[in-house]
Amino acid sequence: MKRFFSFALAAAFTFLPLMSSFAASVDEIEALRGTTLYVYNWGEYISEGEDDSLDVNKAFTEKYGIKVVYDTFDNNESMYSKLKSGGVKYDVVIPSDYMIERMIAEDMLEKLDYDNIPNFKYIDEKYRNLGYDPTNEYTVPYTVSYVGLIYNTTMVKEPPTSWTALWDEDYTNNILMFNNPRDAFAIAQSILGMDYNMESPTAWNVAAHLLEEQKSVNPVYVNDEVFLKMESGEAALAPYYVGDYLTMKDNNDDLALVYPEEGVNYFVDAACILKGTKNKLAAELYLNFLNEPDVALANAEYICYGTPHTAVFKNPDYSYFEDPVLYPEEGAFKTQLFKNLSPETLALMSTLWDDVKNYVPGSVNNRDFFFGSRSVSSSQDDAEGMTPQGKRYALCIAIFIVICIAFVTVRYAIKKYRE
Amino acid sequence: MNTRDSLRTKLVASPYIVWSLLFILAPMVFVVYYSFTTGAGDFTFDNIRLLSKYLTTFLRSIWFGIVATVICLLIAFPVAYIISQKTDKVQRTMVLLVMVPMWMSFLIRTYSWMAILQDTGIINNFFARVGLRPVHMINTSGAVILGMVYNFLPYMIMPIYSVMAKMDMSMIEAAQDLGGNRLTVIRKCVLPMSVPGIVSGVTMVFVPSVSTFYISQKLGGGSFDLIGDVIERQFQQSYNYNLGASLSLVLMVLILICMAVMNRFSSDGGEMVI
Repeated sequence: MKRFFSFALAAAFTFLPLMSSFAASVDEIEALRGTTLYVYNWGEYISEGEDDSLDVNKAFTEKYGIKVVYDTFDNNESMYSKLKSGGVKYDVVIPSDYMIERMIAEDMLEKLDYDNIPNFKYIDEKYRNLGYDPTNEYTVPYTVSYVGLIYNTTMVKEPPTSWTALWDEDYTNNILMFNNPRDAFAIAQSILGMDYNMESPTAWNVAAHLLEEQKSVNPVYVNDEVFLKMESGEAALAPYYVGDYLTMKDNNDDLALVYPEEGVNYFVDAACILKGTKNKLAAELYLNFLNEPDVALANAEYICYGTPHTAVFKNPDYSYFEDPVLYPEEGAFKTQLFKNLSPETLALMSTLWDDVKNYVPGSVNNRDFFFGSRSVSSSQDDAEGMTPQGKRYALCIAIFIVICIAFVTVRYAIKKYRE
Repeated sequence: MNTRDSLRTKLVASPYIVWSLLFILAPMVFVVYYSFTTGAGDFTFDNIRLLSKYLTTFLRSIWFGIVATVICLLIAFPVAYIISQKTDKVQRTMVLLVMVPMWMSFLIRTYSWMAILQDTGIINNFFARVGLRPVHMINTSGAVILGMVYNFLPYMIMPIYSVMAKMDMSMIEAAQDLGGNRLTVIRKCVLPMSVPGIVSGVTMVFVPSVSTFYISQKLGGGSFDLIGDVIERQFQQSYNYNLGASLSLVLMVLILICMAVMNRFSSDGGEMVI
């Protein structure tokens, strides 16, 4: 039934028979039956057949007889680490723009044969030939979205319009922040009017300093805990991906989203094929299948991120058709894409991020000892050498060791004395 | 005859030897190798030199580990003693109850503590109902230590209990016959005899507490790092295996020192432990 439905829909949209548009012959495609395709994608990033939606991987297997082994990752960096460390073999992977650029530069991706991906024609012009793949030889865009500032309308005095709301002391203890360096730095860079892809170490240091200042409002650094915390009204403000905001909004109607005036990160996740794939044609069939209008629609409905697929975002039946949040008017605010950074800048970014995470601001609530809070005045020196906090820990440990030694010595002495 | 025996012994031991070579020794060699090389494979001390930056994090991890271990010990000793005094059937049930939480994933259990402790969470909702002032618990050090104690408590109870269960009851009866009251019996008799269990319990709690990373991220709000967080980040996000490896190496050395010291003290009594 589902298959019939998909055929009917595809025909309705394209008026073309399905197989004949491939460069590869029907025989070649038939020969792939029984093979296996390894796909590596973000978590919660494909329609999986819940609530009568389309199970994309299952439908693909039914159609071509190719088994799909599907694994997920939760950030670009861990995906990259896993691929680099070897020991895993994937055919299709769906990373974000800057990571694709890096993977192309490191020769990790295979050029695509677009003749086998006729559905590429649905990808809107403005999502082709973007900076990470300027001649569009490696990628088929999968989702597009922005980072926005999510806020709980019942917890803010007035709707925020600027990223600086995340530094506002009125919302101390109620602020969430990205727990990954690239997105966190992008917010500081927006405020400072910097380019996200700058290579100047001084500029990165300035941005890191701004992030350290944010610690005086006690931000909580989150990844996907943001869902729990925003939906339950635990926090007032959080920067996050717009697609995920729509999911949260379904569970808590008090939430709203604003695109801050300083500009936001705009990102594209695109499907690519990895070098060394043993099943390239099957991988291309998969990429093509993801862009079948009904499949793309099911994915767009499930993921809630924006889609580059013309037959979906121009389809009035699509739940987010012309949604002002997901598809904001072009040019309404400044957007920047991430680019791949040089290894030196990446290394600098991770050390600076370690510094930010370990920075203890002076004269604010210090959450060192157990519940509640107490005020501790400490100097604001940089993390060079021993911080005051470090000294306190050292003192505690020393006292503990002294007690232990004293205990053992006293016992030993008593024993000797008795003898 | 003798040679055949030793050959047989070797054969029997071989799977274990292969196992330890592959999964204990080889990874150690890699850790040492990565700690002293750059990304390109050249020899360097830079990774070790960089560690001074993480001194506070190291000290914090050790301190949290000590606190969690002491709390675990204070809870586990009475619990283990109480369990060991019950009849066999009750003992089995109680041990089962201690183990049951461990059947669930450690990640899920920690995640649910987040829902319990947060400002709009179960505890604070209850406080609000009965008219108490809400207590801010999540994202504090206390929450992290609570998470450690909760997750690692069974590792403290089990070894202490297993030693106590095998304790020679006649010793305790003798102590009672000689006029010792309850407290004296526990202090002079039960406690010294359960030292081996305590030592292995302390090791089994202290080591994972010092190197834990997930708990501090979820319950501590990620605004302060434990050393496990830093190591995880080097491998997962920064792709800096060298720094990550040198951090792990130092952590390993620290833990080995702690264990050596502890074993030294405990073997005073002539008992051999792990």
